Amino acid sequence: MDKPEFVYVTYILSTPEKVWNALVDGEVTKQYWFRRKNASDWKVGSKWEHQDYDNPATVDIVGKVVESVPPRRLVITWALPADAASDEKHSRVTFEIEPFNETVRLKVTHDRLEPGSDMLRDISNGWPVVLSSLKTFLETGQPMPMATRRTTHPPE
Amino acid sequence: MVSLDIDAVFKALADPSRRRLLDRLCAENGQTLTALTKNLQMTRQAVAKHLTILEAANLVSTVWRGREKLHYLNPVPIHEIHDRWIGKFERQRLRALHDLKRKLEGREDG
Repeated sequence: MDKPEFVYVTYILSTPEKVWNALVDGEVTKQYWFRRKNASDWKVGSKWEHQDYDNPATVDIVGKVVESVPPRRLVITWALPADAASDEKHSRVTFEIEPFNETVRLKVTHDRLEPGSDMLRDISNGWPVVLSSLKTFLETGQPMPMATRRTTHPPE
Repeated sequence: MVSLDIDAVFKALADPSRRRLLDRLCAENGQTLTALTKNLQMTRQAVAKHLTILEAANLVSTVWRGREKLHYLNPVPIHEIHDRWIGKFERQRLRALHDLKRKLEGREDG
């Protein structure tokens, strides 16, 4: 097993179904994930794209669905569109959704990232913002204002 | 046991040894207890105890790789603190700018 580069955990007052839906439904992702749409049929082997909601031709991240067990486990690969055809340039993201007391534990593991890459730097800035925004959105119905705008990178 | 209480985050961060452990994970993520104990003026038991407190506050996340437990910095609760206060300040600043813009554009009732 590879040593993951990042392991993020958040506890959300919600249900596994709602957390799963918040990851795979573009109408929900746009509300907390920098107005991006995660688009796929989420079947194993299918492609997925992280698109600009208002301009779906603009794609930031592409990948393939490796495992899909709603509402518990989603494993996808993660690459820049320019690297879509090079499997060795795909990193991997694992979402694990588990009920935990009255909450849901969401664990996001990102591995197979290239050391020193821009992607590694952007990822380390990005996931904590996206996950705390997701938590706020599911718990209050209100997204964080900074996470609803279109930005290439999260605010400093 | 993980506490969802924000008090646990502040209590965990209130200790300089625990902040130092977070600094070490920030410098190199995914370390074992043995690696983290190296070059520290703390016993393995003391480091283990601090890690338990950090894990309970959800500031440290872990994965098992074979028989090794790897520790990771989990900054998500710190971001939640940021969102709770800084985010709010940003909203107010945006509202103030919006009001100023309306005034300058002569649309007081905007």
